[in-house]
Amino acid sequence: MEPRPRSFYVLSAFFVLFLIFLYGPTLTIGILSFQGAGGGLTFPMRGVSLHWFRDLFEQQAVGDIWGSFSRSFILGLMVMVTTVVVSVMGGLAFRKRFAGSAILFYLIITSLVIPSILISLGVGLIWSQSSLPVHWSTSGFGAQLTWTLPFGLLIMFAVFNRFDRSYEEAARDLGASPWQVIRHVVLPIIAPSLIGVALFGFTLSYDEFARTLLTSGSYNTLPLEIFGMTTNVTTPVLFALGTLTTVFSLLVIATFLFVVWILNRRRAKQGSDAGQGMV
Amino acid sequence: MRNNSVIGWLLATPLSLVLLVFLVAPIAMIIVVSFWGATEWSIYPAFQFDNYQFLLTSDVTYRVFLNTFKYAAMTWVFTLLIGFTVAYYLAFHIRSLTWQIVLFLLCTIPFLTSNIIRMISWIPFLGRNGIANSTLISMGVIDEPLEWLLFSDFSVILAFVHLYTLFMVVPIFNTMMRIDKSLIEAAADAGATGWQTLWHVIIPLTKPGIMIGTIFVVALVMGDFITVRFMSGSQSANVGRMIQNDIGLLQYPSASATAVILLITVLLLIGTLLRFVDIRKEL
Repeated sequence: MEPRPRSFYVLSAFFVLFLIFLYGPTLTIGILSFQGAGGGLTFPMRGVSLHWFRDLFEQQAVGDIWGSFSRSFILGLMVMVTTVVVSVMGGLAFRKRFAGSAILFYLIITSLVIPSILISLGVGLIWSQSSLPVHWSTSGFGAQLTWTLPFGLLIMFAVFNRFDRSYEEAARDLGASPWQVIRHVVLPIIAPSLIGVALFGFTLSYDEFARTLLTSGSYNTLPLEIFGMTTNVTTPVLFALGTLTTVFSLLVIATFLFVVWILNRRRAKQGSDAGQGMV
Repeated sequence: MRNNSVIGWLLATPLSLVLLVFLVAPIAMIIVVSFWGATEWSIYPAFQFDNYQFLLTSDVTYRVFLNTFKYAAMTWVFTLLIGFTVAYYLAFHIRSLTWQIVLFLLCTIPFLTSNIIRMISWIPFLGRNGIANSTLISMGVIDEPLEWLLFSDFSVILAFVHLYTLFMVVPIFNTMMRIDKSLIEAAADAGATGWQTLWHVIIPLTKPGIMIGTIFVVALVMGDFITVRFMSGSQSANVGRMIQNDIGLLQYPSASATAVILLITVLLLIGTLLRFVDIRKEL
């Protein structure tokens, strides 16, 4: 290997600074959430305790955290499943040339770039003018899909751009029906990417704020609850909650990455040894 | 072929339905309501241009739009510089694929955690008695705490850069990974310096990624209301906040009129950017 140029060390330092910039603040509130009972929102630490985490479990101190967490969790799962199914179907549809596909594509881009508050406002208006009750599981659910679906579809486009169609042709030559080709050839090949779509679907929904603001009704999701807290809670209990939800997000991400890793390993193991030279 | 088209449509139906109900219909509704009238507590159907007339003749509108463009432009410059450098480092200086993936994941994980919490996490850093001020004071750089660190344009831009640099890193890195390494060797063989290779080979080939990143960052900053509200301590305004204020006052028609103008602005901007890149090809 040739020696590293000097620029490598400069850029490495830059990259480390970038990581500190990305993670530093979050780590800081992680530390501050263990603030002693008399501590405030910034350093110095006045002792180390679990005081603020204990506070989270007392209803009157912070409001309905656990209710909003379970709503966000269920909504996240709903959005995740829908995003995966609809994105796969949409991805498959775009491989065929159908009339209107260009319009649909531009709608997807619009859905991606439209200011979130417009979705919130528009959906809220439709619901209120038709006297429907806004609820996180109906209007909130749909509003979130306009954010997660474009990401799911962009991932599907990327996947199918790299997809080798000869696998499908081989299956068809062996007499597989169109459904069998999808079920036994296409889906297993794209499975790891689907985990990625699922991860995006869940986490984007779990963290979404603007699109649920006017569409979730009287029962808040967790981000709405946290935002409400920022205006009236001035103790480290806010940091404790921030730390807990971030840890939860990290666990979710780790789980998904682990599943992808397992899938890839199983695939490597079961892969054909054709051409390996063993007779 | 005809059969193909039918299957295509069937597969695209769920997607079209969601977009119709939750994207097209809401936009239509906003356009309709933007012509309605409002009293202090209710809105009524009408067809009047009052909302637009008020908006377009008010100085405030132009100032707020200008401020929104300022945020978008400044965030774009910083995210582009940082994002390009990070992507360049990952794509051309990290030699093993495993490390590239690990470091790339490290850059993307924060994107999957809560934006609001990432904003909150700047408070202990930037506050009057925060880490930044106390460090600077103990180093003797300043005597008094700096007041402009938190709740200012500085903290707004800082938060935008913190939240959205990822959107530059990911597409730029994606395009850079597709650059044929032999082109860079060829440039070096032809006697180009590192800077010349960067300027004449890598940057032109990375343009599609830069465009996609730009689209994300511009759209997100133009449409934001929560970052500006939170990080400026309600002291600065952008268009999103103007809409949110009207919503808070139940003035839905005027909120809708502002929303229509914002939407037109964003779509014109993004439409122009899309002329320079074929998104589907670049994915």
